[in-house]
Amino acid sequence: MESFGFLMQGLSTAMDPALLFYALMGVTLGTMVGVLPGIGPALTVALLLPVTYGLDPAGSLIMFAGIYYGGMYGGSTTSILLNTPGESASIVTAIEGNKMARAGRGGPALATAAIGSFVAGLLATLALAFIAPTIVKLALVFGPREYFALMVLAFVTVSAAFGDSAMKGLTSLFVGLALALVGIDGLTGQTRLAFGVPQLLDGIEVTTMAVAMFAVGEALFVAARIEGADEKVHAISGAVRMTTTDWKRSWKAWLRGTAIGFPIGAMPAGGADIASFLSYGTEKRLSNHPEEFGHGAIEGVAGPEAANNAAAAGTLVPLLTLGLPTTATAAIMLAGFQQFGLQPGPLLFATAPKLVWGLIASLLIANVMLLILNLPLIRIWVKLLTIPRHWLYAGILLFATLGTIGVNPSPVELVQLTIFGLLGFGMRLLNYPIAPVVVGLILGPMAEQQLRRALAIAQGDWTTLVSTPLSATLLGIAALALIVPMLMRARGKGAVLAQIAGDED
Amino acid sequence: MSASRQNNNGRRPFGAAFIIALGLAALGALLIWQGFALPDKSGYAGIGSGAAPKAIGTVLILLALGHVYSGLKSTALPHPHQNWGAIGWIVGGLLLQLVLLKPLGFTIASALLFACTARAMGYKKFQVSLPAGLILAFVVYGVFDGLLKLNLPASVLEHLVFGG
Repeated sequence: MESFGFLMQGLSTAMDPALLFYALMGVTLGTMVGVLPGIGPALTVALLLPVTYGLDPAGSLIMFAGIYYGGMYGGSTTSILLNTPGESASIVTAIEGNKMARAGRGGPALATAAIGSFVAGLLATLALAFIAPTIVKLALVFGPREYFALMVLAFVTVSAAFGDSAMKGLTSLFVGLALALVGIDGLTGQTRLAFGVPQLLDGIEVTTMAVAMFAVGEALFVAARIEGADEKVHAISGAVRMTTTDWKRSWKAWLRGTAIGFPIGAMPAGGADIASFLSYGTEKRLSNHPEEFGHGAIEGVAGPEAANNAAAAGTLVPLLTLGLPTTATAAIMLAGFQQFGLQPGPLLFATAPKLVWGLIASLLIANVMLLILNLPLIRIWVKLLTIPRHWLYAGILLFATLGTIGVNPSPVELVQLTIFGLLGFGMRLLNYPIAPVVVGLILGPMAEQQLRRALAIAQGDWTTLVSTPLSATLLGIAALALIVPMLMRARGKGAVLAQIAGDED
Repeated sequence: MSASRQNNNGRRPFGAAFIIALGLAALGALLIWQGFALPDKSGYAGIGSGAAPKAIGTVLILLALGHVYSGLKSTALPHPHQNWGAIGWIVGGLLLQLVLLKPLGFTIASALLFACTARAMGYKKFQVSLPAGLILAFVVYGVFDGLLKLNLPASVLEHLVFGG
């Protein structure tokens, strides 16, 4: 088992005290920010990106991964105690978890969420370690047309397959793709859509866009709602531990959630929200206590929480092995890699094995840290929920602008932050999904380059795109993922899809 | 494209659909125009750097037509009234920070943004929020500029404390 050897090596890298410290910083910051209502993992990573500019690549990547995992853990706490999901993948957790908290069973709900996240995170990270070398080998036969087909599939699943309207999803995606054109074309060096503004030559920064859409847009959205008393935080009643019955009811749900979440995250099939929704449906169907669902069934917390963490680890598979981000959070993490001049993909495993395996191994360690942070220390994080809204958002905006100013203190960037913030607000107001803009912005130029390379290799013959079974299959799945949901909506079955709509990851 | 789209939408999705359609069509037209304006260097691929703007522009125009169609079909839904004053406070705070960043430095400019945002969320006591913002921005400046090597714009206040 080559993975095993690599993983052991990675563990010895990750045990370096400095890297352990970065991992601890990452999970702590991730949990802290993840707990805050309205901030999901995507924004958490985007907001904390500037923290890592001055650090070394290995340390900062480990920190990102810790932030991502920590954000996923932290979100469940908010869902359970506040009924406002801390992140979109925890919407389902809020259904049962908040009922449990109201019924005075907040302790067990938090415990099953934390332990479930741990179990899922551990298994899914191991799965990532063992599956990655295989995909890297597979990726070596991938040509530009296969990459293009994969990106088309990612576009469709992130924009049109779920949500209440394919048109809205596609609109968001194409706005993202349009903005992605700004700057210098990677193949010919021609400038597009910069209109003589030198700061636009580099294109629109993914992090600026993400922070504007998620942080500024969200702040505007919250401020603009006139009625808006702070939601009541349920105090944790009783100890954060589970009874024997709770354990018995939870463990199968954790494993099922992991089994559902990891493949969904690993394939470009949508993010953690879809995984957690499917897991909830499965638990409801298989439960011995179906009558409890909707009134605080513990399986309804255990399954989806495991599923969304497993999916988070799953999204790292295409990100690390193919350089393909399939969620908004992964898109921002890719931007993080690129800021150190690292391009994730099959080559990274060959050129920087120590870094990649150190990162994967440190995820295992981060998981253990998160279990400790989220069980015995949970009460500290809960205090964050009592921060008044005006201080919270004032602080968020300060940090949002800090990132932009720190990277590039030009008025052009700050104007972009304001304009895209307003755009994000408008999109929230009218129910347009945000994630496709971010994914379109980062994947758009990559897809365009692969397409033009593929066509150049085939001397301009468009049939090359479907000339291998793999690329034809991928494009076929993408077409189905676009058409089938449209038919479902036309037949009035769109409600299911609307529920799975995810905003952030 | 976003300016017209932002200011008028909201109250009735019915009307909003047309405004969005207008914005999308304008953006699409801009892209197609720019796509044609680029000198063609298509090489072996048969398509050059102008192809993507043209294609994306075309789809945007199709989406604009889709919005017109759905706008004609759907009826106006009552939409909760929005608090535009709060929006003004936040946008104003952002612009204030943008303008004052160079002359007054990160700390003061950000403290003003902090206080404006708090005001937007309904907290009216500037005598509390301004000092609070100053302290927070100052700590942030110290940590990020000093420890994390982020280069933040400094001015009088920063030079006074941390030295030039």
